[in-house]
Amino acid sequence: MLRMLRIAAAALVAAAVPFAAAKEREVSIGLQSPVTSMDPHYHNLSPNNSLLLHVYEPLILRDANMKLKPGLAASWRAVDDLTWEFKLRRNVKFHDGTPFTAEDVVATYKRVPNVPNSPSSYATFTKPIVETKVVDPYTIIFKTAQPHVLLPSDLAAVYIVPKALAEKATTEDFNSGKAAIGTGPYRLAEFVHNSRIVLKANYGYWGGEEPWDKLTFKILSNSAARVAALLSGDVQMIETVPTSDIAKISADKSFSVADKVSNRVIYVHLHQWNDKSAPFVTSKDGKPLDKNPFRDSRVRKALSMAINRDAIAERIMEKRAIPAGQLLADSFYGTSRKLKPAKYDPEGAKKLLAEAGYPNGFAITIHGPNNRYINDDKIAQAIAQFYSRAGITAKVETMPSAVYFNRATAGEFGYMLLGWGTESGEQGSAMRSLLATRDPDKGMGVNNRGRYSNPAFDKQLTDALFTMDEKKREGMLQQAAETVMNDTGLIPIHFEVSTWATAKGYRYTPRTDQYTLAMDLKPVGR
Amino acid sequence: MLAFTIRRLGQSVFVLFVMAFIVFIGVYAIGNPIELLVNPQADAAERARATAALGLDKPLMEQFGVFLAGAMRGDLGRSFVYNVPAIQLILERLPATLELAGAAMVMAIALGIPLGLIAGLKPHSALGRGIMAGSILGFSLPTFWVGLVLIMVFSVQLGWLPPNGRGETVMLLGVPVSFLTADGLAHLAMPAINLAVFKLSLLIRLTRAGTREALLQDYVKFARAKGLSGRRVIGVHVLKNILIPIVTVIGLELGSVIAFAVVTESIFAWPGSGKLLIDSINQLDRPVIVAYLLVIVTIFIVINFVVDVVYSLLDPRVRLGQAAAAH
Repeated sequence: MLRMLRIAAAALVAAAVPFAAAKEREVSIGLQSPVTSMDPHYHNLSPNNSLLLHVYEPLILRDANMKLKPGLAASWRAVDDLTWEFKLRRNVKFHDGTPFTAEDVVATYKRVPNVPNSPSSYATFTKPIVETKVVDPYTIIFKTAQPHVLLPSDLAAVYIVPKALAEKATTEDFNSGKAAIGTGPYRLAEFVHNSRIVLKANYGYWGGEEPWDKLTFKILSNSAARVAALLSGDVQMIETVPTSDIAKISADKSFSVADKVSNRVIYVHLHQWNDKSAPFVTSKDGKPLDKNPFRDSRVRKALSMAINRDAIAERIMEKRAIPAGQLLADSFYGTSRKLKPAKYDPEGAKKLLAEAGYPNGFAITIHGPNNRYINDDKIAQAIAQFYSRAGITAKVETMPSAVYFNRATAGEFGYMLLGWGTESGEQGSAMRSLLATRDPDKGMGVNNRGRYSNPAFDKQLTDALFTMDEKKREGMLQQAAETVMNDTGLIPIHFEVSTWATAKGYRYTPRTDQYTLAMDLKPVGR
Repeated sequence: MLAFTIRRLGQSVFVLFVMAFIVFIGVYAIGNPIELLVNPQADAAERARATAALGLDKPLMEQFGVFLAGAMRGDLGRSFVYNVPAIQLILERLPATLELAGAAMVMAIALGIPLGLIAGLKPHSALGRGIMAGSILGFSLPTFWVGLVLIMVFSVQLGWLPPNGRGETVMLLGVPVSFLTADGLAHLAMPAINLAVFKLSLLIRLTRAGTREALLQDYVKFARAKGLSGRRVIGVHVLKNILIPIVTVIGLELGSVIAFAVVTESIFAWPGSGKLLIDSINQLDRPVIVAYLLVIVTIFIVINFVVDVVYSLLDPRVRLGQAAAAH
């Protein structure tokens, strides 16, 4: 027993020995989150979208920076405000040999809203299309009811399947492999729920030859197990390296860590439902305040200034976070160069609070999840400590996301730590979901848990969202972003940086949308 | 025996019904699964559609009624997350868990009882003391830590064993098993050891205590005086008499190891049902949680039944089903 302990202690410092040399063109990849189905229209979930991209393809693909690029559509353009013309790629074959034509696109989009028992369907993406016209086998016209600038971005989320399968196949058929026919660079060999997915190369892929014959994706949710799998050579790449292991793996010559800023922002929503009060916000001796302090933009700004974002990024996130001043990092469309992360200034925060009528501060409770975002509970605790220097007494309460999100949506919390990954890659839809005045029927402010409402900002945003001209829209979005961030509609903290670790001989080109794609993994030096 | 079985059956159905009811209420109280399942970017119409599709818009009692009606037909609902019948998900993963649990219990019993006997027969020798010290470590060290250390030593450092997953399987009576292949055994070794450590320690201490007590009894002295060999005295007379509490613990532990080997399954990414349960709880996948707990309760009931039958075999004084009468 004692001897084993000594060996274990030594092992923790020792270098890794590969368990078995991987065959040249076969690679194993360790994933963090389970893939729930091989049906591309069943569950709109990021791990699903990432893995299914190996087997199926949409009309429009995204590059590593989430910019749109041609997929199954060779080109597209807006004919007028309500009409789009897509020209499809020729000479593409599905895995079963049938040729890809416009009929497959029409059948696929018809299937999308009708997948039974879907917990989160892709219907939001195909809903804007009110009329479809097939001009010839390689040209389609889509008509929308209102100007829908983001149609190409939405269609990038819907993967195309053959017409015959779109009409008849069920989710089970896709999972079993019978119907898992797409146009992608790999085909499904085996799908075991929550365990592994095995893919084999599609040698006739229109995009050219891939370096891998066989891919094995293993679901390794436990972080330590995932790292151990990499260190022992069981897998050649893992995603989401735990922050505590990044330093050790980077220092090891047999491995390398690739990282890239992601589209996910960690932020705080403040309860602004009414003027009277906010949950868990009281004076320092526990008595209720006479009005809701979060309604005052000076208080919100002070709360933002009191957070030391650099310290959080440096110490808690091991430098794998970028302090945020808006909802997406600078490289994304619709972000304003004028918006910088708030400078850490506890004295300035205290002054602002005094100006707003709270010279002695007040007491709040910070609520957050503890198993959803990277180091979420540690971030909440750090914020509480920063606030004590600015004169705000903060308690922290974190809970599993299963409990947290329900209660946060119901308005039970005053100070909510949250995260948001912008799937469209541009700031307009993020602002629309998180900051527009809530109007679920119009699709505005659907995730505005703080109920922040600023009519001037709403006008700027809606004007921007319906402007088809790209350059003009960008300027308008930047203006709207500046309006809302200068008013501190919410408090952005940082952008998560996604990490991948690869073994020697493999190089991964990271992506902003956090997808782990074998198409971006290349052998090196062989 | 027949009356005993029938009475047991009746009690079991009642327990299952109460279990289902409690779980339904419990999961409902935690929150709405739609909040966790639906993509945050989806609009209100999409949420409403998803809620209706999963039957969550109906009142709680109606949902329970629908579930009971299905349960009578053998349909325990479809998973919210995977959209496959919940029972199919569980049965897909149960063989892996049973295999792991079985291997761990076999290891624990095969090592635990002999080691415990030795410790009981020679309590003051170096061997006896060593075994007891080892057993203290065994139930103090957290399973999580032991598992990670095993992986670090045997996979990362020595490269002898694979760090995760289940090995190649072959079909045995229609069920995929991996202990019949060399690759399967290599994958099974560490998780089974990890799971066995706690049970092993428990069994060692229990066996030792029982042995110490039994050795002081008159019948042992009498057997020795009669001239029976040491092996027979210990193997037949002592062992049989100490087995009743041990069998009770084995039954309880077997049930808990099947149901709750979550930590081991998580660390070793063993595709078992324990991990399915914890993931379903985190995602509020109610059909799977209810179906899983019903399956586990059934397993516990069966194990308890078998344990009771084994009592009557071990101890001829025990009569099944009759009120305990002083003899």
